[in-house]
Amino acid sequence: MTTAHTPPPADPNATAVPADLQDERLIASPGVGGWAGATWQRVKSGDLGSLPVVVGLVLIWGVFYALNPLFLSSRNLVNLTVQMVPIGTIAIGVVLVLLLGEIDLSVGSMSGLAGAILAVLFVHQGLNVWVAIVAALAAGVVTGLVYGLLFNRFGVPSFVITLAGLLVLLGLQIRTLGKDGTINLPFESGLVQFASQQFLPDVLAYVLAVAVPAVYLLSRLRTNQRRSGAGLSAAPLPALALRAGLLALLLLVAAYVLNRDRGVSYMVVLFIALVVVMDLFIRRTAWGRSVLAIGGNVEAARRAGINVKRVYLTVFMLCSTFAALGGILAAARLASANQSSGGADTNLNAIAAAVIGGTSLFGGRGSAYSALLGIVVIFSISNGLALLSVSSDVRFVVTGAVLLLAVVIDSLSRRSRAAHGRA
Amino acid sequence: MSTTTTLAPVLSMTGVSKRFGAVQALKDIDFDVAAGEVVALVGDNGAGKSTLVKTIAGVYSPDGGTVVFDGSPVTIHSPSEAQALGIATVFQDLALCDNLDVVGNLFLGNEVLRGRALDEVTMEQESWRLLRELSAKIPSVRIPVASLSGGQRQTVAIARSLLGAPKVVMLDEPTAALGVAQTAEVLNLVERLREKGLGVILISHNMSDVMAVADRVAVLRLGRNNGVFRVADTTSQEIIAAITGATTNAVTARAARRAPQEEQS
Repeated sequence: MTTAHTPPPADPNATAVPADLQDERLIASPGVGGWAGATWQRVKSGDLGSLPVVVGLVLIWGVFYALNPLFLSSRNLVNLTVQMVPIGTIAIGVVLVLLLGEIDLSVGSMSGLAGAILAVLFVHQGLNVWVAIVAALAAGVVTGLVYGLLFNRFGVPSFVITLAGLLVLLGLQIRTLGKDGTINLPFESGLVQFASQQFLPDVLAYVLAVAVPAVYLLSRLRTNQRRSGAGLSAAPLPALALRAGLLALLLLVAAYVLNRDRGVSYMVVLFIALVVVMDLFIRRTAWGRSVLAIGGNVEAARRAGINVKRVYLTVFMLCSTFAALGGILAAARLASANQSSGGADTNLNAIAAAVIGGTSLFGGRGSAYSALLGIVVIFSISNGLALLSVSSDVRFVVTGAVLLLAVVIDSLSRRSRAAHGRA
Repeated sequence: MSTTTTLAPVLSMTGVSKRFGAVQALKDIDFDVAAGEVVALVGDNGAGKSTLVKTIAGVYSPDGGTVVFDGSPVTIHSPSEAQALGIATVFQDLALCDNLDVVGNLFLGNEVLRGRALDEVTMEQESWRLLRELSAKIPSVRIPVASLSGGQRQTVAIARSLLGAPKVVMLDEPTAALGVAQTAEVLNLVERLREKGLGVILISHNMSDVMAVADRVAVLRLGRNNGVFRVADTTSQEIIAAITGATTNAVTARAARRAPQEEQS
């Protein structure tokens, strides 16, 4: 067996083969070809990752572009990116509860209540906008705290707790808004400007599009260095470079297309940053590991000494807080909070986005990126159908069908994984 | 292999009792295990094995009796206290997270951190060291535990119990539901634990496993001690007789009837 990057034999224990590749039953797959082959094998065995979503997205965009070329115009795509942020933010929280194998059905009402609190404090009470934002977020924290305490104390299914919470929060939202039922935020306020008018300078968008893949590549190279030092195998360099290159290409094209119109909204940057940070929290911290462990097997997690109740509490709190943040962004984008904010399909769109993006309803599998992917799919559909001036009844039916498809794919790939011995 | 009962016991229980309401689950149990010794704990269903195991593991606290660990008397109130003392337990259902990989499972709840982030490199390196030490046959530590065989899963569970450098390891029915080769794999592992100088408590229904690896066999019957046997000078018949209660058993009764006849002939 030949390996290209053998660690220098300074250490007498160092063997030619890295410690994790010594078992003779391992099917060796050196180089880029091997890496591609291994990826293909993984997909075949049902470990689909985000592949179905990406394929689905390409199909959806192709169909809408064929029906109306305006769909892929810069102007429409900028609208699309700005529209999706509020519910996308809510979906990040939904991903977290789904990872635990729980659910929060009240995220829509929570976002509506947060918008109402923001509007009342900011417009009616004339408080500083930051105070209003913090108060609205605090409402989310408290709601999640109550859910978590009820869940831990009484063991009531989260489904029921949050269904009750949905009604309570809706009542609170209507009460908070008072008699008028609608409060408009002043259009010239910084918050509204941030959500609807402020875009990254073109150059900065390009710089970010190059810097992010570079940071990714550097961190992977440093990991490789540490792995080689520890006598473990390192990821093949060409594969890493390919990935970073593809990411850079994708970001540069996106930046170019969006920059031809207004550009990349600050709100979009905030959303993507939140997704990346939550992904790091889930994958790279002990807290995230315990979230995945609880989603996989609560009893095992408990016996391993994980404070299960604290994890449930933090996740319910985070979910409600993300919902509140989504509500704030929604109110800011529309420059208004009213009784129907966070109503209608907000709830289902947020949950559907998480599931469509590839987070399993059964717990333990998924990633923060599914919030991003799923929300792009959902808003592509609703935006595309709106462009075709299809009425909202059809929109509901189509979105419902896509959600169903996503859940079916989830169930099928779960079965296939079981057959191929993957969790 | 010579038995090592001359060593001071690392865990020793005297007169331990436990009752649940009207049921006396354990009564005056004496039990000990020395370093580098494998003691099998056997008994019929309802004999009190599980209760004794859970008492040692800290799940139940005994109503009476003394527990001496490593030379000093202790009272164990919780599983984490037992772990802190150096008593590791591998329960029958293993309690692994199928969706996590081997490294994730091994270090679950004891993650190695580097700053605030998980130190995956050190954990993977440490996993390989641990698994090689047990001569465990696991092809990759980066595959989800769901894809491992029963014996490999048992190996992961046992390896995990060794992370905290315990002095006593309790294995609850480690070979139940395993095939021939996998059973042999796990029994090899038990030998390896003994060589490392750990006290091993093996709970099993399978006499051939017990005879294969244990140094001594402690029999429980209806919540009481019913004899301790050295494997070197006993037979499985004798142990089974102690498990089932020799005097009341149809098989032994027949054997007893036959014995005088054979002497006459």
